[in-house]
Amino acid sequence: MALRKFGRLSLISRIGKRDFSIASTSEGLIEKADSKSINLFTAVNQALHIALETDSRSYVFGEDVSFGGVFRCTTGLAERFGKKRVFNTPLCEQGIVGFAIGLAAMGNRAIAEIQFADYIFPAFDQIVNEAAKFRYRSGNQFNCGGLTIRAPYGAVGHGGHYHSQSPEAFFCHVPGIKVVIPRSPQQAKGLLLSSIRDPNPVVFFEPKWLYRLAVEEVPEDDYMLPLSEAEVIREGSDITLVGWGAQLSVMEQACIEAEKDGISCELIDLKTLIPWDKETVVASVRKTGRLLVSHEAPITAGFGAEISASIIERCFLQLEAPVARVCGLDTPFPLVFEPFYMPTKNKRMISFPKGSVLRTKVHPHLAISPPLPAEMPPLFLPPKNKKVVGTKLGFS
Amino acid sequence: MALLTSRNAAAGGKLLRCAAAAAIPTIRQLSSSASTITVETSVPFTGHRIDPPSRSVETTSEELMSFFRDMALMRRMEIAADSLYKAKLIRGFCHLYDGQEAVAVGMEAAITKKDCIITAYRDHCIFLGRGGTLLESFAELMGRKDGCSRGKGGSMHFYKKEGGFYGGHGIVGAQVPLGCGIALAQKYRNDENVTFALYGDGAANQGQLFEALNMSALMDLPAILVCENNHYGMGTAEWRAAKSPSYYKRGDYVPGLKVDGMDALAVKQACSFAKQYALKNGPIILEMDTYRYHGHSMSDPGSTYRTREEITGIRQERDPIERVRKLLLAHDIANEKELKDIEKEVRKEVDDAIAKAKESPMPDPSELFTNIYVKGFGSESFGADRKEVRATLP
Repeated sequence: MALRKFGRLSLISRIGKRDFSIASTSEGLIEKADSKSINLFTAVNQALHIALETDSRSYVFGEDVSFGGVFRCTTGLAERFGKKRVFNTPLCEQGIVGFAIGLAAMGNRAIAEIQFADYIFPAFDQIVNEAAKFRYRSGNQFNCGGLTIRAPYGAVGHGGHYHSQSPEAFFCHVPGIKVVIPRSPQQAKGLLLSSIRDPNPVVFFEPKWLYRLAVEEVPEDDYMLPLSEAEVIREGSDITLVGWGAQLSVMEQACIEAEKDGISCELIDLKTLIPWDKETVVASVRKTGRLLVSHEAPITAGFGAEISASIIERCFLQLEAPVARVCGLDTPFPLVFEPFYMPTKNKRMISFPKGSVLRTKVHPHLAISPPLPAEMPPLFLPPKNKKVVGTKLGFS
Repeated sequence: MALLTSRNAAAGGKLLRCAAAAAIPTIRQLSSSASTITVETSVPFTGHRIDPPSRSVETTSEELMSFFRDMALMRRMEIAADSLYKAKLIRGFCHLYDGQEAVAVGMEAAITKKDCIITAYRDHCIFLGRGGTLLESFAELMGRKDGCSRGKGGSMHFYKKEGGFYGGHGIVGAQVPLGCGIALAQKYRNDENVTFALYGDGAANQGQLFEALNMSALMDLPAILVCENNHYGMGTAEWRAAKSPSYYKRGDYVPGLKVDGMDALAVKQACSFAKQYALKNGPIILEMDTYRYHGHSMSDPGSTYRTREEITGIRQERDPIERVRKLLLAHDIANEKELKDIEKEVRKEVDDAIAKAKESPMPDPSELFTNIYVKGFGSESFGADRKEVRATLP
């Protein structure tokens, strides 16, 4: 319900506005009819199939990927492309990323999977010191631009300490890599293909909560969505909400709720965290005068802090209220307390009056966060009788 | 070794008989600790840069009975956890130990609670072995207040400080350097204790293991690296993930011993040998050849990367509980019915513990913010509105 229209709007993004992603700057928009209603892991799977099919120098590897991986994202790849291109590695994240950098440095596209984003830390040194600085420190002689690291991130309802974290902010502190997080199946496919073909190393975090939950129409063919371009998903005039990944669906619900109280919210999906699209956010905040940022990661030193600081620098005189952040708490990701930890719709609602974002509206009845239901209803439903507009982007 | 569970001591005592005089096996006597039985291990030990210990293991009828009971209890607990998980009473990630029980009980039989154990996330049974109770286990699994980590850890994070159990750790292989650090502290203290750092065959390929091993060897630390080789690192067979699946040899300059990890007595023999060795000479690797009947975690049916025949075969031929059962029967220490009764008893104990654990309340919401920093040093965490916790659990 909430995000029903995300997908349709998403593909009409402004292609080629900037040249961050050379792969996604060609061609224009076409009407797409060949699309199927699929979930997010299937969309990722399709993207990987296309990536392997269109480039014989691309490889997929990680823990247990050859028989589909824990989230079934790599199903069928080994059968179709062979065990030489799709293979299991030992449980050794540092080694996986190290190998991927080497493979990429030889001009290949290395698509490495870290089974959970929580396990990416053994590979942190490789990503930060080896991958991100390769081009810079070799004076552009070498690079590992073909590297894409996929990792499922975020809450899943009952993941506990080591299967729920959102480590994106750590990587946003590292010039030289890109950090991309999709919000829906359509976005996942287009952004993953862009990330794989982007000539820079990309860390691609997939919202694991949405792997099965998010279902929408996804064009079956090869398309890419531009990196480093945020997207205004919902236009409004009173407040700008910025988020990424799984948070978007929660934020959308808050927008709908707020609308009932006469608050018009503008919702922006950042999609790429570094280098991020400041212009889109700035333009929106200049219009609305208020900003709320939301992420699942703990609030302190999260990427929301960076957005907040940048916006205050650029929009100080237009701001009518302090920037509000509704984020995860400054605690380790809890097991039984996950419902408290998460930035929920209602936390967002209370932050409207409490964070002085909007002083006129008060929602005392929304002060308590409800627990997350065990079975969430599907957030993404396929649009009925609507043609999906897709981008057809050529590549060689 | 005995597990600290609310067991029926009287019933246990009655059952603890042994064939003191092997020559007159028909006469059953009440047990006395002096009566030792010598049993051959299933297979010989294989050593790497070390002469392996003897295959003949000395045991007693009490010990065999406690092995049987403890392993039956562990098995039952894991099977119950499986159902609780499927009933959604256990959330989070849950890794079960059934099949590998002999490692937990054999190791405990060879060491004291002053020796330390650290393991990864497959930690329920090690916790029981270290003196944890069923109630603490189930309450922790279900995220309740009475859990061993006060409901804050869940399946992967069991700890028992007074039992020298440094816990379940979530990241594959990351516990091994910690274990070597514990051994360093033991060496400083010079108190003749050792640390067993457990990891799986999957974790054996992590780089940090080799870093920790090198340092331990340089400093002659009393660290015993125990590779619980259950032959599958998650869903990948050992030979696909390791060029050399002889994990006991992978320390290169560090000696190793390959042990049948399905034979509690062999495990006991190896651990006591390793402890002696480590105290004198420094680190040693034990590779326990074992098997997990369940999948890697609850999301893994455990049947996509191995055949059902393989699992059934192991159950029939190498099961650690069946092995002890056969020994007990062969030495006429207990009869079939007595052993069946123990299993029934164990089942009831587990059911009672679950019922009790279910009554245990959820932790107080304020627990969300406790134990992040030490109290009273000016660092505090806050709730949703940054001031207080304002919510109640379902």
